[in-house]
Amino acid sequence: MQKYSIFSLARNALTSHKNWGEAWRNPDPKQEYDVIIIGAGGHGLATAYYLAKNHGITNVAVLEKGYLGGGNTGRNTTIVRANYLLPENELFYEHSLKLWEGLSQDLNFNVMFSQRGVINLAHTDAQVDAHQRRGNAMILNGADGVWLNKHEVKARAPLLDISDRARFPIKGGLLQPRAGTARHDAVAWGFARGADARGVDIIQNCEVTGIDIENGGVVGVQTSRGAIKAKKIGTAVAGHTGHIAAMAEMRLPIESHVLQAMVSEPVKPCLDTVVTSGATHTYISQSDKGELVMGGDLDLYNSYAQRGNFPRIEEVVASVISMFPAFSRLRLMRTWGGVMDMSMDGSPIITKTDINGFYINGGWCYGGFKATPGSGWVYAHTIANDTPHKLNEGFALNRFEHGYMIDEEGSGATPNAH
Amino acid sequence: MLEINCPYCGKRAQKEFTYAGDAGAERPNLETGTNQDWFEFVYLRNNPRGLHDELWHHSAGCRRLIKVRRDVVTHEIIDTGAPSDSLSTGAS
Repeated sequence: MQKYSIFSLARNALTSHKNWGEAWRNPDPKQEYDVIIIGAGGHGLATAYYLAKNHGITNVAVLEKGYLGGGNTGRNTTIVRANYLLPENELFYEHSLKLWEGLSQDLNFNVMFSQRGVINLAHTDAQVDAHQRRGNAMILNGADGVWLNKHEVKARAPLLDISDRARFPIKGGLLQPRAGTARHDAVAWGFARGADARGVDIIQNCEVTGIDIENGGVVGVQTSRGAIKAKKIGTAVAGHTGHIAAMAEMRLPIESHVLQAMVSEPVKPCLDTVVTSGATHTYISQSDKGELVMGGDLDLYNSYAQRGNFPRIEEVVASVISMFPAFSRLRLMRTWGGVMDMSMDGSPIITKTDINGFYINGGWCYGGFKATPGSGWVYAHTIANDTPHKLNEGFALNRFEHGYMIDEEGSGATPNAH
Repeated sequence: MLEINCPYCGKRAQKEFTYAGDAGAERPNLETGTNQDWFEFVYLRNNPRGLHDELWHHSAGCRRLIKVRRDVVTHEIIDTGAPSDSLSTGAS
């Protein structure tokens, strides 16, 4: 792997940047691997990277039906945070946040992690209580959290309407200073480059069409580029976990839903933090290009389509404008959708299964992006040792059967309500 | 926006409806249902990438539950009816 540095930049500048090598190879699939990961998004590539780096397992293939990072890794709103109430979630996401803090150095690839803080607004007295309780839980679990009154919120996001006339008056906000945003594509590219350099084969345009199971254990996969053998197979396919699990004749506590995001036209810097609302479930930040990046609720009905419907776009925009009246003059530039695994308790599933050598990493609901390094870390551990890391013991598939749900919202077995 | 044909009211905009989930999940018998039956009813879903039968509540209309057969990849609505109706497969 060619190391990126000020010296390599200067050296390549001398030849007008025409001689940079490829960041990763484009190999044909071998007949057999030790481990196959399905899905070359952030999670799949991070898993392959940590399998090689932490566990010395390098005979690994990452199979991708489209192109690398072309699914939800390239479709999210790039928010990274660890502001959860329940210990299973908070400890896991805090571990992930710590990995984010050293990720650019570890990968020798700038993932543009910007710790600009994430503010979660409270709009009622009950929300103030709930947010402060959550902030205390975060601190008890080793993360950072700061309560802001509404004037302190205003100081950080001056365009917010904090008047009593606002549709949802702002009472204050829970700030996580170490949270922020990252460049989503760079995360996939950095993990791909790091995994490839350690010997992992990343095979694009290779759709898995079947999973071969013999005597209760996996032996390989069928793909659009032929059969490939492996004794361990892990899925990391975002909204399509249910589709892959059906190939292994499993039904999961998951529904697939479409979630939309959108950006405004680019404007000069006006919002240097991330603002999320507890009342309207909207989240907004400004990209480095100047676009305001916005998202809200699911379209709320089952969907495997990577596009949504207009009523949700209207609601997201209306919610943003109710908080930031100045943004009403901006034009919406682009909208898109991604397919989410909505799990029955709103928390992810990172687990081994009853099929020997078959592992599932899914159910990420709204929040897979921030988990990328942490997810890869614990999933690689789970696959390498055939036993979960202590940080994903709670995310087992059998928790639903045994009543150990991790239901952050307390909304029960209604996937679209999490 | 989806246009949903309510069997009681006719074609109406999606905004009049509230999604009410998978119509295929069948509630076990209260007397004879086992723990496994209840677990499957409450938590497990087929979640197909293709035709999906689902319930919608006409919450801003007649306020009745209706059954909709919809392709979840194209969002095309194949057929609608009362919850107990058998719907067309769309193949003709």
